[in-house]
Amino acid sequence: MAQYLMSVLHDSPDLATDEEMAAIDVFNDKLQSEGYWVFAGGLSTPDLATVVDNRAGESIVTDGPYLESKEHVIGFWIVDAPDLDVVLRLAAEGSRACNRRVEVRAFLPA
Amino acid sequence: MSDVRPVIARVYREEWARVVATLARRFGDLDVAEEMAAEAFATAVERWPVEGIPPNPGAWVTTTGYRKGIDRLRRETRREGKHVEALMLSQAPEPPGAVDDDRLRLVFICCHPALGMEARVALTLRMVGGLTVPEIARAFLVEDAAMARRITRAKAKIKAAGIPFRVPAREDLPARISGVLAVVYLIFNEGYLASGTQSDPIRSDLTAEAVRLTRLLHLLLPEDGEVAGLLALMLLGEARRTARVSARGELVTLAEQDRGTWDRVLLAEGHALVRARLASGEAPGRYQVLAAISAVHTDTLDARDTDWSQVAALYDQLVRLDPSPVVRLNRAIALAELDGPEVALAELDDLPLDGYHAFHATRADLLRRLGRSQESRAAYDRAIDLAANSAETAYLTRRRDQLGR
Repeated sequence: MAQYLMSVLHDSPDLATDEEMAAIDVFNDKLQSEGYWVFAGGLSTPDLATVVDNRAGESIVTDGPYLESKEHVIGFWIVDAPDLDVVLRLAAEGSRACNRRVEVRAFLPA
Repeated sequence: MSDVRPVIARVYREEWARVVATLARRFGDLDVAEEMAAEAFATAVERWPVEGIPPNPGAWVTTTGYRKGIDRLRRETRREGKHVEALMLSQAPEPPGAVDDDRLRLVFICCHPALGMEARVALTLRMVGGLTVPEIARAFLVEDAAMARRITRAKAKIKAAGIPFRVPAREDLPARISGVLAVVYLIFNEGYLASGTQSDPIRSDLTAEAVRLTRLLHLLLPEDGEVAGLLALMLLGEARRTARVSARGELVTLAEQDRGTWDRVLLAEGHALVRARLASGEAPGRYQVLAAISAVHTDTLDARDTDWSQVAALYDQLVRLDPSPVVRLNRAIALAELDGPEVALAELDDLPLDGYHAFHATRADLLRRLGRSQESRAAYDRAIDLAANSAETAYLTRRRDQLGR
């Protein structure tokens, strides 16, 4: 079993519709009942983000996202699954449920 | 022994895919499988002239590769040999898949949808086809180092993303087979009408490799209609290979080819496959319909006897399966033979194919037949600009230059 991040990609200020929220709930239930669920959540929009840079020892705090981009991650699932084929099927369901594109990335082995 | 080298070359040709596939399954790692297979063949080159050819050469190479792989793992993990073997054997038994063959498993891995198309083609040619990196690089007009990087990256993706070493689940099979066929068809097309103005217009090593791969797929998936259809399509294309380019390096159209030079054996095999698919009663997919069209064209010794109404009917069927502009273009060409060039030209009007040389070449030919020479010339010019194959360019240039003022 390995862990994967499924990120939901979004490019407008609109939030999820009621239908989308309902479909996401159904999908989340399935992930939990079938044992894939590790964690999931929606994110507040990038304009409400804060960037912290303490690389040089002078902790700099900036209002806004680190990357000025129309497209951003609006939510994500972390799942535990045996292989990519399983995750791609889950991602397909997730993409349909939230009506957005989903990026799949494997976590590096611990 | 001086006659060992050709034997080894033959064994390599016949056994490479099986050796790599077996090692890939046992080690769960394509890099290890490829390197150990290569080392095992190198050892064969050293030892067989001295010790003689083993009774089962493929098994010898596989066993040698496996032992080398274990040794390497032992060195890398610095564990006792037994622990490493236990590690190998402890892999959970695979749930019964649709087909159980290591080579098929390898093909599915190399053609996984998570890999880009270029990566799939390169990996399949290397791991299943056994072509060397320089050979593949040359086929696709890239530098050796760039092709090596493409293959390395593909293997890294397989490892990092966790692409499983398994035949796909039953529900994924149709889409995955479709993906494999797309890879193999791309290899065939690259050989059939190779890109590059400087290179050979036909790369017979690629078409032969594509046919070989599809034959393997047909062997492993005998019930699949689209696999049989693609094989038939390729065989009927291969049958015409020597007739397709003139001695001067110009493309020879179907209408002008010397049909006496077509390979009768390949034609017979292709036609038999098409008939078998027809007899199966199953609804045909894209490749089967394309093969049927090819079968109608190759059924007559004289181009003038071509059953164009059957070709057009098949294109109608194809358009329903695949309404893409290119299919509609090819259908229009058939319509021209039945209903005249004016009707066909009208069919082309809305097609979004301005960047496709064959679109302009078709328009040029239809306009020529309608006596609209100036428009025809302009269309030939555009087609020549866009054509990427030396034989086609030569043919189009000649047709344009033959136009009256």
